[in-house]
Amino acid sequence: MSDRIFGLFGVLLAIGFALSALAIEESFLSDAVGPKAFPIIIAAVLGVSGAVIALRPDPEPVWPALGRLAEIAAAVVVMIFYAELLPVMGFVIATAVAATYLTWRLGSAPVEAILVGVGSSLGIYVIFHLVLGLSLARGPWGF
Amino acid sequence: MEILSSLGDGFAIALTWQNLFLALLGCFLGTIMGALPGLGPSNGVAILIPLAFTMGLGATPSLILLTSVYYGAMYGGRISSILLNIPGDEPAMMTCLDGHPMAKKGMAGEALSLSGIASFVGAFLATWGLILLAPQLVKIALLFGPAEYFALFALAFMTLGGVSSTNQAKSAFAAALGLGLAMIGVDTQTGVPRFTFGEVHLYDGLDFLVAIVGLFALSEVFIFLEHRHGSSDAEGRKLSIGRLYPPASMIKACTPTMLRTSLLGFIAGVLPGAGASLGSFISYSMEKRLVDSENTFGTGDPRGVAAPEAGNNAAAGGALVPMLALGVPGSGTTAVLLAVLLSLNITPGPLLFTQNPDVVWGLIAALFIANFMLLAMNIPMVGLFTRILMVPSRILMPIVAMVSFVGIYGISGSSFDLLVMIGFGVMGWGLRKLDVPLVPIILGTLLGNSMENNLRRAITIDNGDWWTLIDSSLSIALWAIAIIGFVLPLLIGRKVKSRMHERRDEEGAISD
Repeated sequence: MSDRIFGLFGVLLAIGFALSALAIEESFLSDAVGPKAFPIIIAAVLGVSGAVIALRPDPEPVWPALGRLAEIAAAVVVMIFYAELLPVMGFVIATAVAATYLTWRLGSAPVEAILVGVGSSLGIYVIFHLVLGLSLARGPWGF
Repeated sequence: MEILSSLGDGFAIALTWQNLFLALLGCFLGTIMGALPGLGPSNGVAILIPLAFTMGLGATPSLILLTSVYYGAMYGGRISSILLNIPGDEPAMMTCLDGHPMAKKGMAGEALSLSGIASFVGAFLATWGLILLAPQLVKIALLFGPAEYFALFALAFMTLGGVSSTNQAKSAFAAALGLGLAMIGVDTQTGVPRFTFGEVHLYDGLDFLVAIVGLFALSEVFIFLEHRHGSSDAEGRKLSIGRLYPPASMIKACTPTMLRTSLLGFIAGVLPGAGASLGSFISYSMEKRLVDSENTFGTGDPRGVAAPEAGNNAAAGGALVPMLALGVPGSGTTAVLLAVLLSLNITPGPLLFTQNPDVVWGLIAALFIANFMLLAMNIPMVGLFTRILMVPSRILMPIVAMVSFVGIYGISGSSFDLLVMIGFGVMGWGLRKLDVPLVPIILGTLLGNSMENNLRRAITIDNGDWWTLIDSSLSIALWAIAIIGFVLPLLIGRKVKSRMHERRDEEGAISD
């Protein structure tokens, strides 16, 4: 079933891709092929392979239970917040929080998670910023 | 003679303190990444690329660092195969078959050092193979025009589909997806924006480094979260190594095996689409057919340890040949290495050898040096790396995630790229669940634009005649190989592939 849905999604993606390829505005100075032809070929391959996947599906993959999916979704949300808040809070604090969260969710006890999170944040800061001179996000406190 | 003098120049480039230090660092990190299940050569190299850039390394030093990681991972993968029966990376899965039984018999030290020697032999011979074969391939490649290049790219995608997945349709889907992603951005020839949907960030196109790090490194973190696999695989087990050096008789008995499988692995590596995993698989299978008269393979036969290790290291070297000489990588990690070259504005292919001989020969010399460093690290110092296996993944994986973020942020300094990377991470997780190979996606995003440019150039030269694509015997030959490479696995490949893939576990299962 997953493959059928996935294949169908592939076909829809191909149609969408082809439509937006056709909508590309051509400039008056164009080569013999133009900017549309290759994307349309790609869309054709995408559509055909999507259809084959849908018609001849593989055995069903093992999907995780709902709880595990929520776990991944929560991690994605944390990462998105991390990406957005990095310039606001500065590298060290944002990274410490995100690393603590991930360590905790992978099964560390809370105290261990905080120690590991803060430790890896400071470790990365020292190695990459102080030693290697990489420019990291500077928050209001300069680190 | 010309080759030897070029090689001499290469050593002059490689033997600077900076490059030696980078090679040593790369070997060390590579062995660790290979040894840890969940980090393999492709995602290991992927998270290090942004760092190599932001550190401001030039082309040769970056390549030395990253190919040392690549070679190192090929060595390191065997450690957890032998001690834990869990392949540290995909190419090391065949080493489990005889390596772990040897360790159970109390011969872990012998298995580790023997496989270290086999790795060395494989990689050493393959580096010579690279020196001898690449310049010949360059001579052929100089005959290529745009139409032939277009056919060559098609060949790479079609044969990659033949080995990297059990389902051809999914490989084709992955390749088309990658090519489609490469189309995003302003068209280089006419200047019109394509698939940008008005988003200014997309006008430059997607940065393929962001895609690579997201697909390879972040998706791994999600896989670990899904299984809540937080403890170390070595937890609760005693990793005793015992006697470290194998008896001379064992090495002697394995020498013919190592030489044969080095050759076979090298050929497997050079073939488009086949990487180190296939190299170790066919090396093991062939040796089993050839010398296993008493049915000792699978019960701890030293030859069964030497064969896949020599094979996968030789294939790793072989896979560099098409990447450097033609600009078409044959495996996951070489695709990632191609990304490095492209980001440094160096176009691999025949011109690389004439325009940047320092890069090529410096790299080759560094490979020789790295190989000796790896031999030293992997036999006397192997105890150090076995201790690293004790690091639990609940500590390791957050560090992997954070280093990925640091690297990408270091390149662009934009949160938008981080969001795109997270998107690719989620996509990579979903595609891996559905058994869609990730390597064709990466290859598509890397090669998409030059594939299209070659197509358009070929047709424009011939005033819009599409038949020009199959106008020369060379391009007809390339198309024929491509079609055979795609169709043949449909007919006979299913059995081989399902046997090759049956042993893999989901974590760390990016085909290479």
